[in-house]
Amino acid sequence: MTTTEIPGSPDFEIDPRALTPLADQRLDIELQSEDMVLNIGPQHPATHGTLRVVVRLDGERVVSADPVIGYMHRGYEKLTEYRTYPQVTTLINRIDWLSSFANEVPFIHAAERIMGVEAPPRAEWIRTALTELSRIATFILFLGEMGLQVGAITPAFYGFRDREHVLNLIEAVTGGRFHPNFNRIGGIKDDLPAGWINETRRVMGLMLESCDQFEDLVAGNEIFQARTRGCGIIPADVGAAYGVSGSNLRASGVDWDLRRDGQPYLAYRELDWKVFTHPDGDTFARYWVRLQETREAIRMVLQILDGLPAGPVMAKVPRIIKVPAGEAWVNTENPLGEMGYYVISKGATGPFRVKIRTASFSNVSILPWLLKGVYVPDVVTILAGLYFILGDIDR
Amino acid sequence: MIETLAVDLAWGWILAIKTAVVLSIIPFGALLLGYVFLLKMMSHMQSRLGPMDPGGFHGWFQLIGDGIKFLQKEDITPEGADRRVFALAPAIILVSTFLVYIVIPVGPRLIVRDLDVGIFFALAVSSLSVIGVLMAGWASANKYALIGALRAAGQLIAYELPLVLATVGVVIQAGTMSLQGIVYAQQNGEIFGWGGIGNPFILTQIVGFLLFLTAAQAELTQTPFDMPVAESEIVGGYYVEYTGFRFLFFFMGEFGTAFAFAGIAATLFLGGWSVPWVDGTAADVLGPIVMLTKVMLVSFLIFWVRFTYPRFREDQLQSIAWKYLIPLSLVNILVTGILKVAI
Amino acid sequence: MALTGQWMGACRSSFRSRIPGGLQVADEQTVDEAATTEGSTSVATIDAGPVAAVDSAIEALRARVVAELGSAVVAHEINHGVVTVRVTTESWRRTAEIVRSKLGFDYLSFIAGIDWMPAPKVGGEELAGDTSTPAQPMEQTYGVCGSAGRFQVFAAVTSLSRKTTLVLKTDVSETEPIVASWVPVYPGADWHERETWEMYGFRFDGHPGLRHLYLPGEFEGFPLRKDFPLLAREVKPWPGLVDVEPMPGVADGDEGEE
Repeated sequence: MTTTEIPGSPDFEIDPRALTPLADQRLDIELQSEDMVLNIGPQHPATHGTLRVVVRLDGERVVSADPVIGYMHRGYEKLTEYRTYPQVTTLINRIDWLSSFANEVPFIHAAERIMGVEAPPRAEWIRTALTELSRIATFILFLGEMGLQVGAITPAFYGFRDREHVLNLIEAVTGGRFHPNFNRIGGIKDDLPAGWINETRRVMGLMLESCDQFEDLVAGNEIFQARTRGCGIIPADVGAAYGVSGSNLRASGVDWDLRRDGQPYLAYRELDWKVFTHPDGDTFARYWVRLQETREAIRMVLQILDGLPAGPVMAKVPRIIKVPAGEAWVNTENPLGEMGYYVISKGATGPFRVKIRTASFSNVSILPWLLKGVYVPDVVTILAGLYFILGDIDR
Repeated sequence: MIETLAVDLAWGWILAIKTAVVLSIIPFGALLLGYVFLLKMMSHMQSRLGPMDPGGFHGWFQLIGDGIKFLQKEDITPEGADRRVFALAPAIILVSTFLVYIVIPVGPRLIVRDLDVGIFFALAVSSLSVIGVLMAGWASANKYALIGALRAAGQLIAYELPLVLATVGVVIQAGTMSLQGIVYAQQNGEIFGWGGIGNPFILTQIVGFLLFLTAAQAELTQTPFDMPVAESEIVGGYYVEYTGFRFLFFFMGEFGTAFAFAGIAATLFLGGWSVPWVDGTAADVLGPIVMLTKVMLVSFLIFWVRFTYPRFREDQLQSIAWKYLIPLSLVNILVTGILKVAI
Repeated sequence: MALTGQWMGACRSSFRSRIPGGLQVADEQTVDEAATTEGSTSVATIDAGPVAAVDSAIEALRARVVAELGSAVVAHEINHGVVTVRVTTESWRRTAEIVRSKLGFDYLSFIAGIDWMPAPKVGGEELAGDTSTPAQPMEQTYGVCGSAGRFQVFAAVTSLSRKTTLVLKTDVSETEPIVASWVPVYPGADWHERETWEMYGFRFDGHPGLRHLYLPGEFEGFPLRKDFPLLAREVKPWPGLVDVEPMPGVADGDEGEE
């Protein structure tokens, strides 16, 4: 691997693949023709919302791509400064709406860390279960929808059907399918309802079958493999430099999972589970890693059901929550990747500044690099394989 | 003179009735039946019920309701569109679909025109639709439509060849290009001297049958070869700008052509309307029923694949056509020819 | 490189065998009881040893970072388990190069800005039950590692091999908010810096194209600065506040009479 020097910094060397030349190499156009600018989005079925990608095409080949975001910008970082801590959880539920519960956890943890409050073990275990359930819900939908994006209609219906079982479980505990708003500083709102554990066990069995089905129907399909293998390869170092995280980075062979490697949070250290990586770094690898992580999440939920500790679900906290002055950076492994909150408090009832680091924002920022030189159909495959949620990009 | 006129009238009436029967009952009947059947089939494959309310019994009225809905919609022509070409394109596609039905026999006497070059005619007029597709894509003044139309043109040209070559084996074996003749050749054929069920060409031309279905799938722009319309990429391709009844035209054209190709496949390889040991009036009555069943069977196969598989990429599609399908069909013709001469 | 279907199948079967207790539905009662006894023991053993080990590792990391950055460091602290280092504005870019190439922090989490100016008072009195806006302290205070003035830029980087995170801060002049860009070091800094630029008005020297990211191109002002009012809240009081908005058909004077 050769390295080039950045002008003006004598002893700093960077892998040139992280810069554009490698992406440019993919652009060997035999017959140069007049470029056409194609506007993909903001209303396009492949963008799951309002992402807009302006691509310059030569024939069907992408010469350059420029993602335009912000059609759903809601200014959450500003809004959090005008809200109290309990009110903020309502907002951040809407960042990544497919796994809302997982969004709440890092923020609540940051506030708890500054306050010095620790949630009771049972609350942490239930939080873990619900986080993993939202991971399953998110990934099951992905596993089906990925099929749709490459043209197979049927898997998408299976994805929606199977996700509904998991959403029912989340709804049974929290009262909300999509926006639970269930975390409180110092614990969770309520204990599990009666009969939930057996029902969850049954549904996890269904989900495992569903994973097998997706493996046969989608991942095992020759056409699917022909479309996704070698498509949208992200080398590990390039992905890291762009801040690509989560399953996308693990699919590039980076063994990094914040549930295991980050600051200890929730009950992950007490569960037996594995981190899956894939050496290829292409869209198929991303699909495969998510498939395995769904199974691993199911396994974790089953362990939690077996080992759920008894006790209260709320720690003693004052009625009006005032977080003492301080700062905390808490990042967690959300279904889409690394999500973190840098919470700065000045001792008031609300945060002074919240920096929200969302996974999709960085995952999508690699698109100009990644889309260079691919064909239009691959644009869709790559977009679908990165798996972003617009609320998570625009927040 | 009056008698002459009467004869003329009667001849005209017969033709008119035949045309009416074939052009209305078969395409529309098949469309309705098939659409409802396929709609429900697809729904159950995708573990859902599909339309259940319209009409009371399992939503049989859904298609008619859809048609009425399309007629009510505003007919929008994009501002930058070439208006006349834009308006004409769906009609050309529909005409090319209906022209195919002229030569497909559904009974010993139920055929609009038994042309000597029947199969040739059917495949020729079916590829007229590419002109309509190109017109639609170009006239829409939409980049997605243009990409879709160009993809469709490239694809239809690439797959016309294996489609035609796949039928050559049948033509060699039957010794005629008339579709009616091919049906009779199968009805009167013998399997090693046993004429019990005739000799459906699927037994000897199984390779041709599979090639034909694959190429037809591409010709119909159905998944896994549906890049020209790929909803998730180019949002419908060449018909992205069409609304209302013009969109309905495309829709009917799509399903109509699917049935036409299923009909050709049933005629060429499955024996068409022929029922063993039945002829005369009984064949006139039973023939259409048998034919429709076979058409449904083939279209079930077409749509089964359509709803299950992901789609190829454009370059992969071309390489499949030129590297695999065409050489394979040439080998098939060669083997058929050698066996024909040898036996 | 490619994984075969067989391999995936093997993976699946080995996975099945690793499920604890299989998938059978147990009697609810026994499950809960078993969970109670089993769970409490495993929770009690939360690792006292590893935590101490982690602490010393973080201490070592802080020492290493401070040594490598040398004179650039203004202040450093360990804040809730995260090494936080404040560097001089001039060495911001150099800091990125050192932490990436020498210290191995190859992954960029984010770059963002802070405005330490006290939030202007909006809304009513908190004691009177108006919780519409949290009342922030009126004096200008600074957080971890301090600050020389109102504006700061901060970033978090992670080492994927050592699995540790580092937060870096630097001051930005209020009169001339310019700071060096990190894009040549971390390509992913592009969008983060565009966001910070449009939200705070900090210019990033060396950035390939500071265009608006979220806001429309003709937008004026820097929304995340504390002196930029949240217009929605200025125009309309917090709707969650009881009795602010009379019900339709009720005269304005009626409220609060009971």
